Amino acid sequence: MSYSPSTDADRARMLRTIGVNSTDDLFVDIPAAHRDPTLDLPEALPEVDVLRLVRGLADQNQIPEGVASFLGAGFYRHFVPALVDQQLLRSEWYTGYTPYQAEMTQGTLQSMYEFQSLVCRLTGMEVANASLYDGATALAEAVLMCRAITRRSGVVMAGTVHPAYREVAATYTQAVDVDIRTVDGWSRSDGGVAPDVEAVAAAIDDTTSCVVLQRPDFFGWVVDPTPVVEAAERHGAKIVYVVTDPISLGLLTPPGDLGADVVAGELRALVGPPAYGGPGAGMLATRKAFIRRLPGRIAGRTTDLDGQQGFVLTLQTREQHIRRERATSNITTNQALVALGAAISISALGPGGVRSLATRSLSAAHRCAAALKDVGATVFDAAPYFHEFILHAPRGGEATVDALAAHGVFGGYPLGRVAPALDDTLLVCATDLTTRADVEALTSAWQAIHRG
Amino acid sequence: MPGRRSIVASEPLIFELASSGRPGVRPPLAQFDDVDPASVLPEGQVRESLDLPEVSEIDVMRHFVRLSQRNHSIDTAIYPLGSCTMKYNPKINEVAARLPGLLEPHPYQPETSVQGLLALIHDLEAVLGEIAGFATVTTQPAAGSQGEMVGLLCIQAWLRSRGERRATVLVPDSAHGTNPATATMTGMRVEPLGTAPDGNIDLDELDAKLNDDVAALMLTLPTTLGLFEQRILEVTRRVHAAGGQVYGDGANMNAMLGRVRPGDLGIDVMHLNLHKTFTTPHGGGGPGAGALGVQAHLAPFLPGPQIVRRDSGYALEPAGPDSVGRVHAHLGNVGNLIRGYTYIRSLGREGMREVANDAVLNANYLRARLAPHFDIPYNRICMHEVVLAGTRQRRLGVRTTDIAKRLIDYGVHPPTVYFPLIVDEALMIEPTETESIESLDQFAEALISVADEAKTAPDLLHAAPSAAPVRRLDEVTANRSPDVNWTAAD
Amino acid sequence: MNVPTDARYSREHEWARFDGDDVVVGITPYAADELGDVVYVELPAEGLHVDVMDEFGTVESVKAVSPLYAPVAGEVIAVNSALDGAPELVNSSPFHEGWMIRVRPDDAATAIEDLLDAEAYDAFVDELLA
Repeated sequence: MSYSPSTDADRARMLRTIGVNSTDDLFVDIPAAHRDPTLDLPEALPEVDVLRLVRGLADQNQIPEGVASFLGAGFYRHFVPALVDQQLLRSEWYTGYTPYQAEMTQGTLQSMYEFQSLVCRLTGMEVANASLYDGATALAEAVLMCRAITRRSGVVMAGTVHPAYREVAATYTQAVDVDIRTVDGWSRSDGGVAPDVEAVAAAIDDTTSCVVLQRPDFFGWVVDPTPVVEAAERHGAKIVYVVTDPISLGLLTPPGDLGADVVAGELRALVGPPAYGGPGAGMLATRKAFIRRLPGRIAGRTTDLDGQQGFVLTLQTREQHIRRERATSNITTNQALVALGAAISISALGPGGVRSLATRSLSAAHRCAAALKDVGATVFDAAPYFHEFILHAPRGGEATVDALAAHGVFGGYPLGRVAPALDDTLLVCATDLTTRADVEALTSAWQAIHRG
Repeated sequence: MPGRRSIVASEPLIFELASSGRPGVRPPLAQFDDVDPASVLPEGQVRESLDLPEVSEIDVMRHFVRLSQRNHSIDTAIYPLGSCTMKYNPKINEVAARLPGLLEPHPYQPETSVQGLLALIHDLEAVLGEIAGFATVTTQPAAGSQGEMVGLLCIQAWLRSRGERRATVLVPDSAHGTNPATATMTGMRVEPLGTAPDGNIDLDELDAKLNDDVAALMLTLPTTLGLFEQRILEVTRRVHAAGGQVYGDGANMNAMLGRVRPGDLGIDVMHLNLHKTFTTPHGGGGPGAGALGVQAHLAPFLPGPQIVRRDSGYALEPAGPDSVGRVHAHLGNVGNLIRGYTYIRSLGREGMREVANDAVLNANYLRARLAPHFDIPYNRICMHEVVLAGTRQRRLGVRTTDIAKRLIDYGVHPPTVYFPLIVDEALMIEPTETESIESLDQFAEALISVADEAKTAPDLLHAAPSAAPVRRLDEVTANRSPDVNWTAAD
Repeated sequence: MNVPTDARYSREHEWARFDGDDVVVGITPYAADELGDVVYVELPAEGLHVDVMDEFGTVESVKAVSPLYAPVAGEVIAVNSALDGAPELVNSSPFHEGWMIRVRPDDAATAIEDLLDAEAYDAFVDELLA
């Protein structure tokens, strides 16, 4: 029941070797009054029964097989090659520990090195770590990194960065000397919603440690960041880009070509469906000059005594187990298995595959927007977008989502949750997995709820 | 080209397997007419090149299979890393976590459409609270270190709510490095606390260091010496009397399951590592999951959203005004919450105690078997792990590193080494409850054999490993000139 | 161990030696050996003012980090940038090419007078090794 292989005879032998009479004798250091509490827990369940229980819970959840889903907003569904999960189910990957004994974990170490190299190629950066918890914590660590590099405390955060990411950055920095100033970076008018990158640029000054932009941003837009890049360079501020959909990097100019000092992002979409938000894998990439400020594990390539290629965890003095209270971060366990999955996925898709998924996603979103316009909906599409767009929902975003759900459609993310001025909008996402039938379901549901 | 037969042969990099024009896995058929990206995106925003390797599906598969074979894993053999609780990962957990109904849901789909998932997480939080003795549990932290951060932030927030500001955290010198690192991230100052000769906290030093600036004592229970703090009630009483809080590092909960609830001992807040105690796999370094339990007075400060049960069903309650804020983009590593839940329901009430019993029994058995061959600085009944010192061997010119590397030649994964820092030449061994007596004996015999070799043939240890895929690696060069990103010019 | 007599020493194993009006600072072979192969040295920006025992940088091996403490008070007027690409100089030439910072002392007359001379430092190290 506990997966312990011991028999009573084994236990008796072990007790004799130890020189005690009973297992209870091993717990005498626990205060007697608190020993062996009565726990209110259910009874043990064998495999079949526990699976029946969990499947019962799983069956209560609606999933895209039964619903046309246009949800994105930082959590994306893309095609993932079947071999990815087959690999992740290999015992040698998923039941191993952090590679602290390099000679016995060369597989994990080499895969980390390959992962880092692939992330650098995707983002156009020079160095990357082996992953962080998720995209949101990657942003938080990026902000802390820039503070350490610049010794400045100001942060200019675009309001077009994912709201949950902004919240996590605020949590991580609340107790240290960091002052986050959020600038909308968008404006609302009767005619729609539009990006305002100049407002972000204007907020940068000589106290700014870094400026944070998302690409594509939370509203789906792809904007030219030049005004922000120029202002940051003028004031000696670092530039952080957030990437919530790694597939977008297959098509968009990489942050490394746009002045990035740090790229923080989320890689989950390369590995599998959203899994209700986790586990994902945060990526953090930067310039070579800042490698000693980069938190988290880093694998390096070296040679062994015979001159043969091998891999180790490197620059470990940055980390908590050595530097303790002076470490770059407290992170230890990261998201290695998900990062491995991302490396396998990118390798299997290749450049053509990644680019194709990106182009299909962009195409699906633009065709979906056109189909909605065809049935009389208004799309706020004055600004260029990748695979998410803002749909005008005159009945209110939340009410529209509920009404569409009643027709078997998850219509999008109500942007009123970000700002009340956007109460009448939905953020609609389409990807390479969106089908014509999904779009037809959305347009029919839209017509149905707006009829009469 | 000669075939790559051996699993120990060097494996090329994925980049070296690439060939221009080689097809990868086919993307889905187009559902819509393509839109030309350049026609809808601003100038300069479409990337010109994408320098990724072009490798065939079969070569990708073989490459990563061969890499995996260069790893040690629990499913291969005992993995006795102290403080890491490398126990068997039940396979049913993997089946459960991959059920489409649990794997596919989107964080922003309506709450009414994810009632099963919300119920599962809600029940898991309740069960973890019952096991560890806490009023409220959040499963949002993605790992133990994040739990620590949330815990210390909650303590700060609670102090502020009482009009107090305290900035010192007492951390025993035996603590995990995450404890002091977390204290710094939360803007606090670390004051180290010594360990008494009996392995317990030095109470006199505790008294001397407790003052009105001490926000918390961070305490690992059982300690990293594998010992139960014998004066735990006195320790927590004194910290509380001085107005501080007690943070429990629950990395070692495996020793206590069903036998004691840390929350009953005066611990105010504590994280639990689902990837240690509750069998979610370590994945070569993650993902983990770090639940955080708090007593009622700290509950208002927890991150949001929290899952609540209403008459109408389960719902996500946004964080209250006093919350320290969220630490994850959604609800944490949900996949691992499903695995942990499956495990806990498999164990049930009866299984809990059996885990602690056999984990502690196995560790003490190894202690008894190894005591004649190694120094054990704090040699009393231990809990789930035993800490040896390679000091006897050091006098023979053999370091703990050498012992560890030689174990590799025996096909045995070495224990945690050089930790805790207060033990010279430390070897920290945690067998866990899922190893059989035969497996324990094999491990002990390998270690004893290496201890003998330290006397008779120390050169074998210095040259080890010789039977692994690689020999000792040049870490100095790896640190002086880090090569962390492959470039074709290499 | 016999250290050069033209320098003075701190109990934290830094050496300090006058070179003209300035004091050059590095770490002793004992400190370098304790650390093992030095892989990285973090030095301050020029212009930093340090007091005695202020931390002015760190020196790292593969598995350890040691703070560097200023043995004299004054302004850092130069740092050894060669250590950036060749940290091994701290091991191979601790008293010469492995120097770390050059300090313009606040008070040249008394700058190093509280430090140990070579004989006293050797005795101090002998005690540590005993």
